[in-house]
Amino acid sequence: MSTDKTIEELVERQYPYGFVTDVAEDTVRRGLDEDVIRTISEKKGEPDFLLDWRLRALRHWRTMKEPRWANVRFPPIDYQAIRYYSAPRTEGGPRTLDEVDPEVLATFERLGVPMSERARLAGVAVDAVFDSVSVATTFKKRLGELGVIFCSFSEAVKEHPELVRQYLGSVVPYSDNFHATLNSAVFSDGSFVYVPKGVRCPMELSTYFRINAAETGQFERTLIVADEGSSVSYLEGCTAPIRDRNQLHAAVVELVALAGAEIKYATVQNWYPGDAEGRGGIYNFVTKRGKAAGFRSKISWTQVETGSAITWKYPSVILQGDESQGAFYSIALTNNHQQADTGTKMIHIGKNTRSTIVSKGVSARFGSNSYRGLVRVQKGAENARNYTQCDSLLLGDRCSAHTFPYIEVKNGSAQVEHEASTSRISEEQLFYLRQRGISEEDAVSMIVNGFCRDVLQKLPMEFAVEATKLLDVSLEGAIG
Amino acid sequence: MSPLLEVQDLHVSVDGKEILRGIDLAIGPGEVHAVMGPNGSGKSTLAQVLAGRESFEVTGGSVRFLGKDLLALPAEERAREGLFLAFQYPVPVPGVANAYFLRAALNSVRKHRGLEPLDAVDFLALAKERARLVTLDPSFLQRGVNEGFSGGEMKRNEIFQMAVLEPRLAVLDETDSGLDIDALRTVADGINALRGPERGLLLITHYERLLDYVRPDFVHVLVNGRIVRSGGPELAHELERTGYAARSGAP
Repeated sequence: MSTDKTIEELVERQYPYGFVTDVAEDTVRRGLDEDVIRTISEKKGEPDFLLDWRLRALRHWRTMKEPRWANVRFPPIDYQAIRYYSAPRTEGGPRTLDEVDPEVLATFERLGVPMSERARLAGVAVDAVFDSVSVATTFKKRLGELGVIFCSFSEAVKEHPELVRQYLGSVVPYSDNFHATLNSAVFSDGSFVYVPKGVRCPMELSTYFRINAAETGQFERTLIVADEGSSVSYLEGCTAPIRDRNQLHAAVVELVALAGAEIKYATVQNWYPGDAEGRGGIYNFVTKRGKAAGFRSKISWTQVETGSAITWKYPSVILQGDESQGAFYSIALTNNHQQADTGTKMIHIGKNTRSTIVSKGVSARFGSNSYRGLVRVQKGAENARNYTQCDSLLLGDRCSAHTFPYIEVKNGSAQVEHEASTSRISEEQLFYLRQRGISEEDAVSMIVNGFCRDVLQKLPMEFAVEATKLLDVSLEGAIG
Repeated sequence: MSPLLEVQDLHVSVDGKEILRGIDLAIGPGEVHAVMGPNGSGKSTLAQVLAGRESFEVTGGSVRFLGKDLLALPAEERAREGLFLAFQYPVPVPGVANAYFLRAALNSVRKHRGLEPLDAVDFLALAKERARLVTLDPSFLQRGVNEGFSGGEMKRNEIFQMAVLEPRLAVLDETDSGLDIDALRTVADGINALRGPERGLLLITHYERLLDYVRPDFVHVLVNGRIVRSGGPELAHELERTGYAARSGAP
């Protein structure tokens, strides 16, 4: 009884990132047609190949139907009511931090984004995306000395069109799926990373995305290419202000790891989850996929998903190179009326490929949490190995956890292991911790953090601290 | 001297069934009391109710601890006031390191007492020193709470936690059960080291075995939800010879 009460209190905690920055916005009219695409492309001064690509995506998208197979429920989205481009208005775009709208910088301050000097001390290079346009990029110079390219997608299109042309759509083609295809048509900005041969990127690269303008879908596109023998670790963090209306977030992330390269991609996602009654919140429908293209290449996804009204994403790895490795470490927390249908796909194509999946789902109040994962071993994938561990923790008796594992093996030498568990926070555990003087709220967050430990350990230290705090915040009012 | 704990006419039910049927018990500073009784007599219920377990319903009587109405306090506040329960079945909390858990516990108790929190370094020094009392290897501090512990390790861990938290009153619920003779000696040595003029101990046990090593000042016999007899340490030995049946008055 007192447990439920604490859950209520925890759940009632307000979303602390909900404030709106008042800056002039440069937008296009609502809706989607070829004119809108041309306008976006023109505003961004894009080369013809990109405009053509966008238009092909739009034409293809018109032939597609919104998929409904996920274990999530939401009212129909009117795609013609969305504004597909929004940018803080600055003539010619900012060149340095001094040119950036102070309101925008203040927003980043409130979000705790380590900008400028603090960023350098923290060893983090930040490409901050404010709505659709990248407003400031730090440490480009130091990275540039090593040949590492880290910039906004728009800038990459201008400065490195050959790289963009070579790799854009090489992992997630424009025809891939409904939301990725929409993104391909309308994407406005995002991040681009290229790490040249043999270079180990000396710092964690980090992007904070933030949705600001009301009723503006955000469609970023991120492309990371690690050339032979290189390595890079990328951190992505997200927050959005409180809005009454649901907002669509349909991003695409593509990773390419060539021979001997390693990419680690970590996400901490706390978009606005909606209020306690399930009003508002972000629809986070994202396509993330990496191609471990070369011999002994490695790609790992680590995600801590605590936000959004609906999270619908499967960061995946195509294990194309022989002896390549893929990993997916995930924590998904759903509180109040949040819904998550998330997991991964591991597609084993090369010989002696390995994949690891560790998924931790935490559900509280009315939250619905589904793990959906595909492990596919293709015919030529001799000696493929997969290990999957999929654990669910329930807080209270009105939430739910579901597991949908799909295993397709076409090569008899494969070894595929799947372990799954579902547990509740027990009254015995809570009593044990409380009997030692620990409050009920702290006891719950301790148990949840313990449950998530295997995944939290995969995050870089500062991010792990942030993620731990975020779990606590997201759980407030959730104990049961 | 005013008692640490004063239980008066305590009645407790579970699912409508009365388990404790009028308990009176007073424990003063420095005293060691033993409550003995057969299975199902209500011994563990008494321990859990004192510690604040909510699944039991107190239907009558009162409990004062250090002059406060104990039954009005939630479990965590009872702990912070200085009441400690060594669990008969310690509960695993997977993925939470012992050191992290116990430092959080200690600092919540210290905060309640108006003391500064201990940082990780000072805590570790304290924990290592106290771990010696029950010969636990300090490496266990990094393991999950009661995760993969043997029965003996769990019981030693309970006494270790008590040594770190320094309660005013410790209730030890069948701490001797499931221990071989060497482990029993280790645990008993730990308990004896924690006896002190300010601290009260309540040993709850089925057998008098533990009492050979931890000599109580008072022994109470609990049968069928009532204390049917109280006496000095000699009572434990008498029970060992005659059994509980002769004391119960039940058919």
